[in-house]
Amino acid sequence: MEEFTQILLLFISTVLINNFILVRFLGICPFLGVSKQVETAFSMGLATTFVMTLTAAATWLINTFILEAFNLPFLQYVSFIIVIASLVQFVEMFIKKTSPVLYKALGIFLPLITTNCAIMGLALLIPLNGYSFIASVVFGFGAGVGFTLAIVLMAGLREKLEFGDVPGVLKGVPVTLIIAGIMAMAFMGFSGLISM
Amino acid sequence: MSLDLKQIVSDFKNGLWAENPIIRLVIGMCPTLAVTNTTENGLAMGLATSFVLVSSEIVISLIKKLIPANVRIPSYILIIATFVTFVDYFLKAFFPGIAASLSIFIPLIVVNCLILGRQEAFASKHSTPRAIADGIGMGLGFTWVLVLLGAIRELFGMGSIFGFTLLGEWYRPMVIMVLPAGAFITLGILVGIMNQISREGK
Repeated sequence: MEEFTQILLLFISTVLINNFILVRFLGICPFLGVSKQVETAFSMGLATTFVMTLTAAATWLINTFILEAFNLPFLQYVSFIIVIASLVQFVEMFIKKTSPVLYKALGIFLPLITTNCAIMGLALLIPLNGYSFIASVVFGFGAGVGFTLAIVLMAGLREKLEFGDVPGVLKGVPVTLIIAGIMAMAFMGFSGLISM
Repeated sequence: MSLDLKQIVSDFKNGLWAENPIIRLVIGMCPTLAVTNTTENGLAMGLATSFVLVSSEIVISLIKKLIPANVRIPSYILIIATFVTFVDYFLKAFFPGIAASLSIFIPLIVVNCLILGRQEAFASKHSTPRAIADGIGMGLGFTWVLVLLGAIRELFGMGSIFGFTLLGEWYRPMVIMVLPAGAFITLGILVGIMNQISREGK
């Protein structure tokens, strides 16, 4: 029971308090690039969550049973990026076979997940924090949910912004960054929620 | 192969303003926002990224004909990851303080879209001297924005630049500037100002 509470707290703190985008600055590129429409933002969030959960499991296994077991820490970056790239490729093939509709909806975003720094950041944070296997998977899933939450919220705001009167020089990227700043301020309100 | 000096100079200048990676192309945003809470961190991150960028552009422009088109992206990433590992161990050995404050953002240079983007857009198509010019130009363009952003945030957030106190006792630091929210807002306003400047220049 004790362990279950710990895992639940880890999940909530990953989603809200240490949100990958707004607090840790991971995955800013898709956050700015793919947040024009709620629907695409949500699909992107789903695909990222899926890859993140798998990455968390795969990199934990590789780090524990290969890199640490044979004392090869210098291969960490190279091997993590290969694992992520092949996972994304695998997910792409899997979705293409099982659900062509979803594959079409995600389009170009799927291969781009490889260079999403949120995924690599996740893989690097797991050994740094010393999580167990279950905690790693929950951490990966929570990070994905937090990512989806932030990107969908942003897309909702930007859809409204289309009709707003934004000063010419601030159109596009600048105003998006300022909104993200205000969102980050709002998320700071969660910081006292759990003390870990 | 003749060396066209004019071409090289224009490749170098390109990254500084006209195609500045942060302000114009809006790539490499994660480190830009995350490590610019102080001027020193911004400078260190800028230099580390520039080193990886220039080194991998040299290697890739040299071996571009040997890499089969189908596996070029994984090959680029492997070359980049090797140089990043090198920088990471160098910083840990000689500048442990900086390495600790940049933490996972040093290994994350591997997935910095700026670096992979330049390999794909430039190094894989041009000669080595031009690739070096492009790498140094883009690297410096990235670095100066990082240093400027770090200086603004450090000045308002802690009243100092490079750790030297500039604003005296009377100044009450705006803590928000060194927090994530401040990073987004400062960069947003900075990009807005740069847009205005380049619009007036036209």
